[in-house]
Amino acid sequence: MNNITALKELLYKIADDQLIIGHRNSEWTGLGPILEEDIAFSSMAQDKIGQSEHIYNLLHQLGEAEPDTVAFTRNAEQFHNSQLTELPIGEYDFSLLRHFLFDFAEYIRFGNLRESSYQPLAQVAKKFYGEIKYHTMHANTWIYQLGTGTQESHDRMQNVLDNYWNTALGMFEEGPAEELLISEGIFMGEKALRGKWLEVVMPLLEKSSLKVPEADTWEPIVGGRTGKHTEHLQPLLSEMTEVYAIDPSADW
Amino acid sequence: MITAEYIKEELKQVKDPEIPTISIVDLGIVTGIDILENNDIHVTLTPTFAGCPALRLMEDMVVDHLSTYPELGKITVETSFETTWTTDLITEEGHAAIKKHGLAPPIRNCSNISMEVLEATNCPYCDSDNTTMKSPFGPTLCRSLHYCNNCKQAFEGFKPV
Repeated sequence: MNNITALKELLYKIADDQLIIGHRNSEWTGLGPILEEDIAFSSMAQDKIGQSEHIYNLLHQLGEAEPDTVAFTRNAEQFHNSQLTELPIGEYDFSLLRHFLFDFAEYIRFGNLRESSYQPLAQVAKKFYGEIKYHTMHANTWIYQLGTGTQESHDRMQNVLDNYWNTALGMFEEGPAEELLISEGIFMGEKALRGKWLEVVMPLLEKSSLKVPEADTWEPIVGGRTGKHTEHLQPLLSEMTEVYAIDPSADW
Repeated sequence: MITAEYIKEELKQVKDPEIPTISIVDLGIVTGIDILENNDIHVTLTPTFAGCPALRLMEDMVVDHLSTYPELGKITVETSFETTWTTDLITEEGHAAIKKHGLAPPIRNCSNISMEVLEATNCPYCDSDNTTMKSPFGPTLCRSLHYCNNCKQAFEGFKPV
C-alpha cells in the first residue's frame, strides 16, 4: 500500500463519518425538545456536512470523483463511516450521548491532524478543530446536566451508555495502513486516538455520575470502515440521495 | 497602476451577505490579492466556517463587484484554507460594524474559549456584562444566543473561533 492509497482510506472514513452524522443531526431540525436544541443540532449538522465536503474535495484533488458524485452515488457497502454514526436518532438521550462520544473523538482526531505532514489535511483540520470545540462544549454541558440531574435523566443516560459503548469503540477500528500513516507523520493512528479519547471522556463521564462498562466487557463492534453496516444506513442514503437520483443535474 | 492596496480598498464595498454592515475586508477573509498580467486580478478568500453557505455567494460577489471596473482584466477568486480564519482577524472597524448590526463582537484572543468565556459576552445595546448565554448555537453558524439581565434584551453574539 502506498501513501496515496493510505491517505485516501483515512480521508474517506473521516468524510463519511462527517456526512452521515451530519445527516442524522439534521433529522432533529424541527423536532428538537426545545428551540435552542433544535438550532444546536441543525447548526452542528451544517458544520459536519460542510466539513465533509471539504474532505471530499481533498479526495477529488487526489483523483477521486467530484464531492457530490462521491456523496450521492455510492451504496451502503461503499461507505466507510463507523456504525455509531449511522444509527437512527432514537430518543434524545441516545442522540446526546452519541454526540458526546463521537465529537470528543473528532476533536482529538482533528487536533492531531493539525500537525499532519499532509499539509492540505493539516490546514482544514485547524479550521475544523475550532468549530468542533463548540460541539464538545455543548455535548459536555448536557451530559453533565442529565447525568447529575434527576434519577430518571441519570438512568436514561446510563442505559444508553451501557448499550452503545461497544458501538462507540468501533469508531477506532484500525485500517490496513495504520503503520504507514504513523511512520509518514500523516496521522497518529486509531489505537493512539482511542487511548487519548478514553483519557478525556472517562473523567467527564465520571464527573457526570455515569459509569463506563467494565473494561473486560469491552468488545468493539467493528465493520463500518470496511463497508459492513447495520440495516439503518441504506434507508438513510436512499432518503439523502432522493433528489439527486431523480435529477443528477438539479441545482439549488 | 493597479495595486493590491487599491483592490483591497475597493473590496470594502463588498459586504457580508448575513451581516450587511461589515465588509469582507474588515471580516478578515480576504487573505490574498494578486495583480497579474493585463491587470487580471486573483483574490484569495479563507472560509469563516467550513459549512458557511455564504462562501460561494461571497466568491461571486467579489467577481461581480470587481468586474464593474473597466480598468481591470479577468477576475478570479479561490477559497483556500492556507490562512486559518479566526475572529481575531476581524478589524476594529469590523467590530464596530458588527455592533452596529446589533450583535456582540467576538472577544479577542479566543484561542481558549469555554462556556465561562462565552458567558462573559457584553450586551451590544447597553454594554452590561450582566448577561446569560442561552446557547452557543444561533441562527447562523457564526452566532450564539444571549440574554441581557440589565436591559432585559435578548441578543446574539458573533462567536469567537
